Amino acid sequence: MAYEGGCDRGKAERFRAAALPYLDDVYTLARYLLRNTADAEDAAQECYLRAFRHFETFRGGPIKPWLLAILRNVCRAEYARRGALAAVVDNVDEAENKADGLWSEAQHSPETETLHRLDGENMQRLITQLPAVFRETIVLREVNDLSYREIADVTGVPVGTVMSRLARARELLRAAWLAEEKDS
Amino acid sequence: MTCDEAEVMLHALIDDELDAGHAREVETHAAGCARCAAQLASYRDLRQALRGGNLRHMAPASLRRSIDRAVPSTAATDRRTLLKGFALGGLLSAAAAASVMLVVVREDRDQRILSEAISAHLRSLQADHLTDVLSTDQHTVKPWFNGRIDLAPPVIDLAGQGFTLIGGRLDFIDGKSVAVIVYRRRVHVINLFVTQGVGMSLPGPKMETVQGFNIRRWTDQGLNMLAVSDINREELDEFGNKFEEAARAARAS
Repeated sequence: MAYEGGCDRGKAERFRAAALPYLDDVYTLARYLLRNTADAEDAAQECYLRAFRHFETFRGGPIKPWLLAILRNVCRAEYARRGALAAVVDNVDEAENKADGLWSEAQHSPETETLHRLDGENMQRLITQLPAVFRETIVLREVNDLSYREIADVTGVPVGTVMSRLARARELLRAAWLAEEKDS
Repeated sequence: MTCDEAEVMLHALIDDELDAGHAREVETHAAGCARCAAQLASYRDLRQALRGGNLRHMAPASLRRSIDRAVPSTAATDRRTLLKGFALGGLLSAAAAASVMLVVVREDRDQRILSEAISAHLRSLQADHLTDVLSTDQHTVKPWFNGRIDLAPPVIDLAGQGFTLIGGRLDFIDGKSVAVIVYRRRVHVINLFVTQGVGMSLPGPKMETVQGFNIRRWTDQGLNMLAVSDINREELDEFGNKFEEAARAARAS
């Protein structure tokens, strides 16, 4: 029978109150990870369904990192389906090599440059073009506003790795920003 | 601190992830190193741009709705699902459908009564309208209800069992006036709602937790008793048991 008992209804209400306020965070990360509106919507929906199913296993504390970890798993499954990601996310060295190819460092000493304002749309585009590991790290930090510890938990790597990925992500992002300015 | 170390640490510095000691170390290094100082400044710039860049995406309303629909929610949704089941399945007889509907509707009404009882409990604590008659004497509280309501609530002194009677009042639940007997346990208030024809009669006592409040329901001589409190489950159950015991003893004597 489709009828949900009283305790399930209580669970549903608790879940809504706790998880729904973070839908924008979940959807935002999905957009950056999958780079496609329709896939991001599917992933966010799947994330909430899984989260609801496993809500008993949520052990309190901030719920945002828990949801984002689920979303990330959903996205990885999607990547695997596309057959594109595994190599990029699981092999950082390769990602970095790739990054060096894609992202030329600015020719002249970058620290003397003044960085000018880029509008939000361009900044989004630059982030979207970062290799996956750096992209997810910087989005979790700068957009989802997670702490290093939380990013480490979501991505399943030590805090030290989070720090070095973040440093690399910003380095790449700044280089891209400078390159952009040179062109304009 | 070397420049290599500082290069990673300065990110932790702008992210506010360093304790005071390490933060000072990085700042001291940057103060004496033009290259690291410039890096720090430029990453702070980048930080600023990222924060000001409105990088968040708003989830479309249609997505929000579809997630909302997918998570089982209110009784209303459940009932809709149920009806859809009948419409699509067409296997259940009308009688079976009617009996299930009855359960659903009754459960709805039951939920409403529970939440009204909790609202009344909260009102009684907030609005300084806990009691209309303030007395620890059951022989004062019980007669007070005479002529004010068409039922005679059992008012029982439970001071010896650790629950102090503090008075009574009239309240409304499900559109009907109900008698409320008020007890105190330490700093906690127990509102005992006594009604006739409000809510289901139950075969035995029933404990529930709604919105964080504990509720114990039972029936007593055709009256529906509903106790609401923020004391823990065990104590509220103890209250109910003591009350039932004392009520039986009072009738026997």
